[in-house]
Amino acid sequence: MSVDVLGPLLPVVPLVAALSGFVLPLRSRTAAAALGIAGAAGALVVAILLAAKVEEPFETVVDWVRIGDLTVTGGVRIDSAATYVAVAVGVVALAVQVYSTTYLHDDDRYPPYAAQVSLFTAAMLLVVVAGDLILLLVGWEVMGICSYLLIGHDRRLSEAPRAAVKAFLVTRVGDVGFLLGIVLLGVNAGSFWITQVLASLPGLPAATVTAAALLLLAGVAGKSAQFPLHTWLPDAMAGPTPISALIHAATMVAAGIYVVTRLYPVFVLGDPALPVLGVMAVITVLIGAFAATAQDDIKRVLAWSTVSQIGYMAAALAVGAPAVALFHLLTHAAFKALLFLGAGSVIHAVGSNSMSAMGGLRKRMPGTFWSMTIGLGALIGLPPLAGFWSKDAVLHAASSAGAGWLPGLVYGVGLAGVLVTAWYAGRLWLRTFFGAPRSPAAETAHEPPWPMALPVLVLAVPSALLGLLAFVDGFGARLNPFDLAEVDLAHVGAETAAPLSALVVGLVLVWALWRRDTAGDPARFLGPARSTFDNAFWLDTVQDRLVVRPVVALARGAAVADQRVVDGAVEGTGQSTTDAGNILAAWHRAGLPRAATALLAGVLLLGLAAALYGSAT
Amino acid sequence: MNEAFLVAVLALPALGAAGAALCPDRAGRWCGTVFAALAFVASLLLGTAHPAGWFSYAPSGQGAPPIVPWTSVDVSWVPALDLRLHFGVDGVSYPLVVLTTLLTLLCCLYTLWHVPAGGRGNTLVALLLVVEIGMLGTFLALDLVLFFVFFEVVLLPMYAIIAGWGGDQRRHAARKFALYTLFGSVLLLVGVFTVVAAAGTADLVTLTSGAVTLTRTTQLAAFTLLAIAFAVKSPLWPLHTWLPDAHTQAPTVGSVLLAGVLLKMGTYGLIRVAVGVAPEGARWASPLLGTLAVAAILVGCLVCLAQTELKRLIAYSSVGHMGFVLLGVATLTATGIQAALIGNVAHGIITGLLFFLAGAVKDRFHTGDLAVLGGLRERSPWLSGLLAFAAIASLGLPGLAGFWGEAFAVVAAFERGGAGWVTLGVLAAIGGALTAAYFMRLLGKVTHGAASPAVEAPPLPAIRISGPELVAWSPLVVLALLVGLVPALVLGLSEAPVQSLIEAVTR
Repeated sequence: MSVDVLGPLLPVVPLVAALSGFVLPLRSRTAAAALGIAGAAGALVVAILLAAKVEEPFETVVDWVRIGDLTVTGGVRIDSAATYVAVAVGVVALAVQVYSTTYLHDDDRYPPYAAQVSLFTAAMLLVVVAGDLILLLVGWEVMGICSYLLIGHDRRLSEAPRAAVKAFLVTRVGDVGFLLGIVLLGVNAGSFWITQVLASLPGLPAATVTAAALLLLAGVAGKSAQFPLHTWLPDAMAGPTPISALIHAATMVAAGIYVVTRLYPVFVLGDPALPVLGVMAVITVLIGAFAATAQDDIKRVLAWSTVSQIGYMAAALAVGAPAVALFHLLTHAAFKALLFLGAGSVIHAVGSNSMSAMGGLRKRMPGTFWSMTIGLGALIGLPPLAGFWSKDAVLHAASSAGAGWLPGLVYGVGLAGVLVTAWYAGRLWLRTFFGAPRSPAAETAHEPPWPMALPVLVLAVPSALLGLLAFVDGFGARLNPFDLAEVDLAHVGAETAAPLSALVVGLVLVWALWRRDTAGDPARFLGPARSTFDNAFWLDTVQDRLVVRPVVALARGAAVADQRVVDGAVEGTGQSTTDAGNILAAWHRAGLPRAATALLAGVLLLGLAAALYGSAT
Repeated sequence: MNEAFLVAVLALPALGAAGAALCPDRAGRWCGTVFAALAFVASLLLGTAHPAGWFSYAPSGQGAPPIVPWTSVDVSWVPALDLRLHFGVDGVSYPLVVLTTLLTLLCCLYTLWHVPAGGRGNTLVALLLVVEIGMLGTFLALDLVLFFVFFEVVLLPMYAIIAGWGGDQRRHAARKFALYTLFGSVLLLVGVFTVVAAAGTADLVTLTSGAVTLTRTTQLAAFTLLAIAFAVKSPLWPLHTWLPDAHTQAPTVGSVLLAGVLLKMGTYGLIRVAVGVAPEGARWASPLLGTLAVAAILVGCLVCLAQTELKRLIAYSSVGHMGFVLLGVATLTATGIQAALIGNVAHGIITGLLFFLAGAVKDRFHTGDLAVLGGLRERSPWLSGLLAFAAIASLGLPGLAGFWGEAFAVVAAFERGGAGWVTLGVLAAIGGALTAAYFMRLLGKVTHGAASPAVEAPPLPAIRISGPELVAWSPLVVLALLVGLVPALVLGLSEAPVQSLIEAVTR
């Protein structure tokens, strides 16, 4: 098949699986599972074929909607970077679909679940290939609604609906900016077709491009969980664990980073969009890393680590290295999917998310242990695992980005982040797999069935080896969507010593603290900072006070005002008309003497008026 | 042949209404439904009159008048007063005609299965069909006086539907609805005769073509009168307060028609009559109209956030959604008016569905109180799933019908340019986020959590979705998706007339 057919097919395959899954009866578990797996596998095959076939970027364009003077095109725009991201999405989606069949074995609503995962996959793939901003927005928003549906899927968790609403609304707030940015670009470029928008950028007023870039960043911050719109991501852990893997690895949070690489010239020209992104990124790296140090819920540790790692990607974008950001996105997709699915296996075995109830699982779950070790090693950047190469490339991009305060800031924070990452990853590793079991369930834990074990083992391969792609000739150039200065992805030199020593310091520190009491939590040594980290710097409270409560108060006020003032005026008019009528009616109900008097008085008055009028003329 | 379809679209509901009123209850309902179905078929066949065929974006003829009916019927009615029966259909009115016949048919089908307490089913069907005649006549009339007549035909049967089959406070709501919209009608009447007296003709084709030029003063006066009249119907904030009461108290089928079609008479009138006849007045008033539209969006959304009753919330959501439509019209750009037209149709489909579902919830659990409902997905996953779909469609998810009208109203405001319009666009976009917030709140209260006692009470067989309900709902579900994916279904038809209208307005 030619690429012109394969490109559009990429989102269509899982979409068909999703739409047919939605009309399945709730009982038909097997059919739903088969449909979901087939959809993801189909998408993966198409993505691999595309990755093999696409040498030069290509696109297809058809008119989709003509609305007034504007045309919305429907078509794909595919380059090598897009195909690599699509492969990552396909792999993770397939792993999630297979894993879910067992993880949700007692779920009585499996068909809509599997269909929603397929729809999620389709939406992400649409974002990956979309050649038009409106088409991209379709995928972008559908992903948001899927995250809402899936996070709220577990009906036994009382906090799930709230977390789902939070995820949707926080990202939707960012999406107001995203929509406005798209509108601004589309209206000024006269088209929503990305190629044409990018081509017309140099001719647009600088203020317009800046405004568009900053508005788009709001949407990116929402989807990719960047400060200050990151608050939804840790709560989204209320979703089933495979969904966390899907959201954190290859879809949702990756979408924001990917879109920035896709529209990179907008951000370059829209100065100071990149410095703004950079500041957001370094704050996010630190918040995420420190918040991860104090969590007891294993999934929340991983969630905060995602926030922090996405911060690294955003930082790479900010220092002018979108290829590096995509590289870290790909390796992160592999090891974060592995970590979440592995954590799911642990939770499945122990029956709790709390690390206080784990411990000593190394012996009882060796496969999971070794896979998770590779995943955590990749997360902290242990050579030669995947994360080492990509994180080192981010730091190298910062240190070689030239003058200005931003690269230095990114480098410094990146280095500090490595230390903290090593600390919290080490804590998770030690608390989960070493020491004595701290609950009866942990004592009798066992490896999960193969549909759960297999995806974890398979994902360990790219988590370990994906970084070696950096040595493949031309890989960096293929990730470079625009003609930017090429960045060395496989950079090993004297300066690599700095992140490596940070890593060692972090690991040694946590090991030393853990050794004092292998049953205790190293986080207790954080002292007074512990509760601040545990509550992620109280930003949820800030958000509640600054946004949620005022809006609710405003809504109450508006409702009351609408009822009392606007409707009150209407009802009041009606009431006073009725009252006036009643008074007049009462007058007319007079007895004969008064009526006769009134009549005579009236005649007299009219006669007088006539006489006066007559004499006047 | 096409003329025959045009006449049939109007005559079949009339026959059906007569038949339904004369037959006994059950037979009458069937009779009415059959005629409603025939009218729907006739309205589909009327589409064959489209000169360039479906799906095609017809090339806009430079200098073509804004109204070029695909087919029309023109007979003298009252020669002494020069009143004519002039009907015709074009790309602006056609989608609304189909929407009307479809929703009426679905309402009749629904009534076959379920008659709300308060009166006989055949009378209700007859009244629904009379309302349908009024709505179709409004959309098809090409004579200003005729337009007014049909605009008024809707009022009394709708009053009767609310007062006869409505909820607890139906009389108050019905009276408020009738009196408030009558107030609008008086202004409409004055406006119509201002135009007719000044122009010497009531023919809409002539009036909008620019052949008759009205003085600036006349245009300003006429636009003000007409715009206020249509603003009451649409409704535009702050003239909206009849709507929540009427929608909340009306029976399900009444709410569906009210929200689905009746409100569109206001926006259709604004585009076709007010802007078409008095373009200079429209240019003069457009900033004010735009500001009020955005106020409607924000107030509507905020009030929805604090609502505690299911149907009332959906009713108020109409204020916000119609605010987007009116914003589109107010920009007086081709994009804006196209957005308004597709927004109209999308709102009809989606809010029609929402009211059907809200009615289903209230019928099953005997309450619409959001504090009492809860955990619907535990008891009835399909009903809860459909409600989620409708809510998601209504909050303007891209890819579903509601998106195009709302997003492109914002686009149109940006296209119009200038600090004022851009601000309005930004505020409208914020309204979009608030829309999401209140629908999420609605879904959270109704579907999530453990099943509340009220939801737990009825036995399982009593809350299953019945066949007739599925028949009534599924076309709307399919259309919400279809119009979202293929907006050309609506936009393609109206592109040429909208281009001509904008040329006429900016001339």
